[in-house]
Amino acid sequence: MNLGIPKESHPGERRVAASPAAASRFVELGFDVSVEAGAGDGASYPDSAYEAIGAKIGSKEDAFSADVVLKVRAPRDEDDARELDLIREDATLISYVFPAQNEALVASLQARKITTLAMDCVPRITRAQKVDSLSSMANIAGYRAVIEAANEFGSFFTGQFTAAGKVPPAKVLVIGAGVAGLSAIGAARGLGAIVRAFDTRESVRDQIKSLGGEFLTVEIEESGEGGGGYAKTMSKEFIDAEMALFREQAKEVDIVITTALIPGKPAPKLWLKDMVETMKPGSVVVDLAAEQGGNCDLTEPGARAVHDGVVILGYTDMPSRMSTVASDLYGTNLGHLLDELGGAGEFNVDLDNDIIRGAIITQGGEVLWPPPAAPEPSPAAKPKPAPEPAPKPAAAVTPEAPAAASEGGSFSGKVLVGLALTALWLWLRFGSGASNSVGETESEFLQHLTVFVLACFVGWQVVWSVTAALHTPLMSVTNAISGIIVVGGLVLANSEVPTAAAIIGAIAILFATINIVGGFMVTRRMLRMFNK
Amino acid sequence: METALITIAYLTSAVLFILSLRGLSSQETARSGNTYGMLGMAIAIFATVTAGGIDRYAFIGVALVVGALIGRNMAAKVAMTAMPELVALLHSFVGLAAVLVGYATYLAKTKTGSVFETEIFVDVFIGGITFTGSVVAYLKLKGSLSGRPLLLPGRHALNLVAALAAVGMGYWFTTFDGAEGLVPLALMTVISFALGAHLVAAIGGADMPVVVSMLNSYSGWTASAAGFMLGNDLLIITGALVGSSGAILSIIMCRAMNRSIVNVIFGGFGTGGGAPAPAVGSAAAVTGDIQETDVAEVVERLAGAKNVIVVPGYGMAVARAQHKVQEMTELLRGQGVNIRFGIHPVAGRLPGHMNVLLAEANVPYDIVLEMDELNDDFPSTDVVLVIGANDIVNPSAMTDESSPIYGMPVLEVWKSEFVVMMKRSRGTGYAGVDNPLFVEPCTRMLFGDAGDSMDGIVGALRERTGS
Repeated sequence: MNLGIPKESHPGERRVAASPAAASRFVELGFDVSVEAGAGDGASYPDSAYEAIGAKIGSKEDAFSADVVLKVRAPRDEDDARELDLIREDATLISYVFPAQNEALVASLQARKITTLAMDCVPRITRAQKVDSLSSMANIAGYRAVIEAANEFGSFFTGQFTAAGKVPPAKVLVIGAGVAGLSAIGAARGLGAIVRAFDTRESVRDQIKSLGGEFLTVEIEESGEGGGGYAKTMSKEFIDAEMALFREQAKEVDIVITTALIPGKPAPKLWLKDMVETMKPGSVVVDLAAEQGGNCDLTEPGARAVHDGVVILGYTDMPSRMSTVASDLYGTNLGHLLDELGGAGEFNVDLDNDIIRGAIITQGGEVLWPPPAAPEPSPAAKPKPAPEPAPKPAAAVTPEAPAAASEGGSFSGKVLVGLALTALWLWLRFGSGASNSVGETESEFLQHLTVFVLACFVGWQVVWSVTAALHTPLMSVTNAISGIIVVGGLVLANSEVPTAAAIIGAIAILFATINIVGGFMVTRRMLRMFNK
Repeated sequence: METALITIAYLTSAVLFILSLRGLSSQETARSGNTYGMLGMAIAIFATVTAGGIDRYAFIGVALVVGALIGRNMAAKVAMTAMPELVALLHSFVGLAAVLVGYATYLAKTKTGSVFETEIFVDVFIGGITFTGSVVAYLKLKGSLSGRPLLLPGRHALNLVAALAAVGMGYWFTTFDGAEGLVPLALMTVISFALGAHLVAAIGGADMPVVVSMLNSYSGWTASAAGFMLGNDLLIITGALVGSSGAILSIIMCRAMNRSIVNVIFGGFGTGGGAPAPAVGSAAAVTGDIQETDVAEVVERLAGAKNVIVVPGYGMAVARAQHKVQEMTELLRGQGVNIRFGIHPVAGRLPGHMNVLLAEANVPYDIVLEMDELNDDFPSTDVVLVIGANDIVNPSAMTDESSPIYGMPVLEVWKSEFVVMMKRSRGTGYAGVDNPLFVEPCTRMLFGDAGDSMDGIVGALRERTGS
């Protein structure tokens, strides 16, 4: 069974369906891989690299006439590129299709009886994550959006203190915390910016926080949880509150990255003209929804626009701008899909497989898209035990809280020690009746006190390093050594005649010894049990 | 010359004691740590006994040998599940010894003066509190006394009056120069005994880990006080080490429960009907159906899981199920399942109690992790087995501000795919708080004795794996 990887001919497309590393997986699955000469040039993969993993370099026709054709963009059917005609009847095509927007293409594929699997229609289920190239590409787009914004932005992302003065950190607002949004948050945080993120779905709060972003939300109880992990359209009331929040933010932020998409609908308009006009000149808006019409009023899809000194980037080719990694990840996703299809040996387009059923568009002259709807609860839609009262309670359980408390504790501890020392000094100075001279007993007491305080410090330092798993042995060993009080008993029990003091001393010895022997032995018993 | 020798010996002992605690920082060095401790103690006793002037060897020897035999027996016989009781009992002996040494010192009249008498007084006072406090804690842990807090009306005032009375006795005591001071000393001893017993009696069962660590701390301060009294630096140092150790443990436990020390000591919490009426109001808010499960389903889930976390609590100790848990662990590890244990700092009735029980059952200590080490891993966990734990996995600690355990860090088991709660009955935990985890959609209840349930699981697992 042979498999072809043609060169992408769409203008500006630099990706290729698979990197050599990803293609080597196809070879392992038993395919004879045929790569069009120069297919990897745009992604910095030379032909020789494909040859090295066992692929053949051939012509455009060789690649398109294979049993399985892998592409990034759908084959073109235009006057200057009749790619569709090159594909054999009954061949399998795997690429992006976007069937909802490309009805003519679907009709042509149907007429040619091509089996088509659309990488953009892979269902969003846990098992299909390894095939989900939209997430792979969204991740790249989010990262690249930050890089493009940094390129246009005339200042640092990270705050700096220089001899010449202080530079504040850039403030970045990310709208929509899907895969692209989260990736943008991570990248912007990595560059040192202050990042805020807005999303209608409460369930992404933790994800935003874990990346170091601040979660912005509006004070209206409405879940933006749609099907399949996507957001849904919100009520008017909610959108008004959202707009008010954005207008506030527009005054402050330097960079806005919008990633809001609603499946099957044009992108919602969230960043309006007046918000752009409120932004400082030199600010940057990156609109990752440009292909679906854009989240910003002023976006020109595929282009860079400037309005009132604010740069608005509507690039639709972010993944292609990182073609090396994009091709590698896309190829890896394809490899997993080919694995689902059974590899070359047991190649079978099995419609009972939910991944394949979701992705299939046409087969044997029939259109099988859209797949029958299956109710699909979002994994994050678990009902909360109680409505979140306010953002406050979350703060109470962050790991910083106990640390802060201990800071406070040690502070009041220092105050206590200070007070105790002052009181002691006052007592010695005025109280003990010895006026200016410190008596013998007192000076002895002071020596002991010195030892005592130092020992407390040593103990404090040493015990904090004890691992929590050994706290029980710690207790029993301290139990044993506190039996040191036996020393007192020994001195007192030493008497010619058994005086009351000597007898009481001997009883003290008895109890202290129980402690010593019992404590050490039980500790030894316990520690012997700790094995890897 | 003799004093110089003793000083050097005591210095060596002190250093060895510090090394001993230092050794407990990791499991690898812990055993040598214990050996340092024994060595230090041997040196201290030997140096004291052989010092000039001590010649009543037979008299002293009998006390030493009898004590050693009793101690050895206790250490060899105690079950690991009964460690909290033993630790509490040993604390009481330190307290008692300190009281006795205090009296003996006073009777022997080695010195006079108000500083000296104050030292005796402090030694006996702390020793007395430690003694009766530990005895009450021991009885509560053993179950001879109810775990419910004893809440006398006006108990704070009672404590205050007792403390003031003790101070008054102390002042009276210092005015005597001879043995006549015995009367106020004895009265004060009685007061300190009553105070110690009352303080601990007012504390609920859930707070026992804090109480035991606090008594640990007291026993240290007692030894230090005795050191001041006898002018013995080794006692002072050792006491300070032990005192700090107990104090730190108390702090760790309190943080793990999100409570202040003062609140634990005087709070009377864990009552189900005492101080600011805990919970019943918010508990009523927990509604929904609990879903029961059986051994077969649990085994099915375990066999198909990749990541499993076991959360043990005091219930595992009560049912003595740790050996069965270990067998299950071994079987699942043999199947390539990544099984780990999540230990909450206050699980059990003693700091680190769960670790000791699991170690006793031969569970490798590198899969027994602290709460903070694996709390983020629950979302990627297939099955969580909660064995006899309740409050430490209660989500209302994070969500319900009216809950008495609100703010206490808990193991976030409900984020995993499937949670099995092994419980004897649908009751509340020690804190008297209802648990919304029971009605989470991912939770299944496995009612019955944890030991029997584990028996069934291990048996079924063995059948599956054919071993």
